[in-house]
Amino acid sequence: MDSKYTVRTLALEIVAIALGLLFLVPFYFVLINSVKGNANILLDAASLPEEVIFKNFGRVWELLDFPKAFLNSLLVTVFSTAGLVVISSMAAWMLVRTPGKLSQILFGLFVAAMVIPFQTVMIPLVKLSASLGLVNSIPGLVFIYFGFGVSMTLFLYHGFIKSVPKEVEESASIDGCNPFGIFWRMVFPLLKPITVTVVILNTLWIWNDYLLPRLMLQEAELRTIPVAMSALFAQYNKQWDLGLSGLVIGTLPIVVFFLLLQKHIIKGIAAGSVK
Amino acid sequence: MNAVAETKQNETARRTKLSKGLIFAAFVGPALLTFLCIQIIPFIMGIYYSFTSWNGVSSAVEWVGLDNFARIFTEDDKFVRSFLFTLKFTIVAVALSNLIGFGLALMLNGALKSKNVLRTVFFMPNMIGGLLLGFIWQFIFIKGFAAVGEWSQLSFFQLPWLGDANTAFWGIVIVFAWQQSGYLMIIYIAALQGVDQSVLEASRIDGASRWMSLRKIVIPLIAPAFTICLFLSLSHAFKIYDLNYSLTGGGPFNSTESVAMNIYAEAFTNNNYGIGSAKSLVFFAIVALVTMGQVMLTKRREVEA
Repeated sequence: MDSKYTVRTLALEIVAIALGLLFLVPFYFVLINSVKGNANILLDAASLPEEVIFKNFGRVWELLDFPKAFLNSLLVTVFSTAGLVVISSMAAWMLVRTPGKLSQILFGLFVAAMVIPFQTVMIPLVKLSASLGLVNSIPGLVFIYFGFGVSMTLFLYHGFIKSVPKEVEESASIDGCNPFGIFWRMVFPLLKPITVTVVILNTLWIWNDYLLPRLMLQEAELRTIPVAMSALFAQYNKQWDLGLSGLVIGTLPIVVFFLLLQKHIIKGIAAGSVK
Repeated sequence: MNAVAETKQNETARRTKLSKGLIFAAFVGPALLTFLCIQIIPFIMGIYYSFTSWNGVSSAVEWVGLDNFARIFTEDDKFVRSFLFTLKFTIVAVALSNLIGFGLALMLNGALKSKNVLRTVFFMPNMIGGLLLGFIWQFIFIKGFAAVGEWSQLSFFQLPWLGDANTAFWGIVIVFAWQQSGYLMIIYIAALQGVDQSVLEASRIDGASRWMSLRKIVIPLIAPAFTICLFLSLSHAFKIYDLNYSLTGGGPFNSTESVAMNIYAEAFTNNNYGIGSAKSLVFFAIVALVTMGQVMLTKRREVEA
């Protein structure tokens, strides 16, 4: 908390960098071993590769059917996140701007559901979604993500909208603008900071989610990245040369996403928590 | 005022009321519909199923009263064990990841030149989902640690990490802390940046040690961050599934099977949907009680501060 750079700060800096390197060690292990042959891995997993082999990447690319899995993950994540932004921001705005018993009860219901664990609704949901035709379909899975994500997303928008002044909206409404116009043209742009937070939190959750897509998408060509990865490890258990190349390919998209947008991501998460 | 004008006025009043109701429905409806279909209706169905012997396939759903609940607590050793594992794991993992997260935040809140890079580094593991992290660490514990152990001859790395119940427990704790502490760090840093520096300087002039001003001034001031971080890590730890599914598969000998895994196996492997639903309801009650209790407890501290 001192602003001067003292010997003490230097010592702290060295400790901090050492800790940072320690945090990165797992990535080192995955990266160096992903370009080794299996014999080289089994002999010594810590050393640099004797010869760099890339052919595992090609094979695992096909085994995972990576372009397909990537596209499925992308479609599910993008449409679920975008839809959650639309339905939750609209509902939150209306609930804040319509004070009354009904709004209170509805908001309470949305918030209370945040403590329900996924496992508690999972069993009946499998049956219900089969009868609603939501199984083995990407739009179906997107619809299910709407239902699970709406609680937290609406909660965050609700908290933010309470601090947005409503005078402008009122004068626009006197001038004859309809509520949709007011919301999308005047209110929604003001919600940008919390929209960034919401998009980040939902993207991370949905992109990395495993159990729900595994339950809902049984067909091989509908697999998302985590589901395809789990299938790969089930089939090629202990074939680390394949497994590690797969893990590099599988984590690459989200790591690149993070490195490109890290400023927004870190800021967005901090903003979402300070309520 | 004549009667015609009055009815006309009533008519317009009713119309605006109706159109207000329609607009309300148009804005709130989509969110409410998905929410009811995906969370509330299955939740209510689950309560009903927990009193039945439904196997998930047959259309005959037989009412068995409280039998499922009695069975869970009296005959199902595996469930009780998975519950004890989850409880122990949650306590240790929440404490450790918050301690590390808060420590990192204190460290990076200072004048370090590398603080922006390090913040990125510490946060990075959080981007990767539990399933993939579990596979990554499975390799590290089995092959990586063995290689380091051979090279360094340190017994810490030569332990049978995932092959032994005790070390497998700590293995999951380590990975959880590695993944979560960077996230918690971000929240703690945001809170620390809101602390008024002049208060700290004043206390320093008055002769307070670093430790004293941390304990008596900083921690009370950022109590809301503790509420949030404890809530987030508590609910993540309690519901752990992906990480131990891919890291240990619940083994060795079911010693690291979490409640979430036990419920999944009961429903989808054993096809006991009724018992699985009863378990999931018990799970819900405990998660709700613990997280709400924690929020109330830490919130009270905020008020006192």
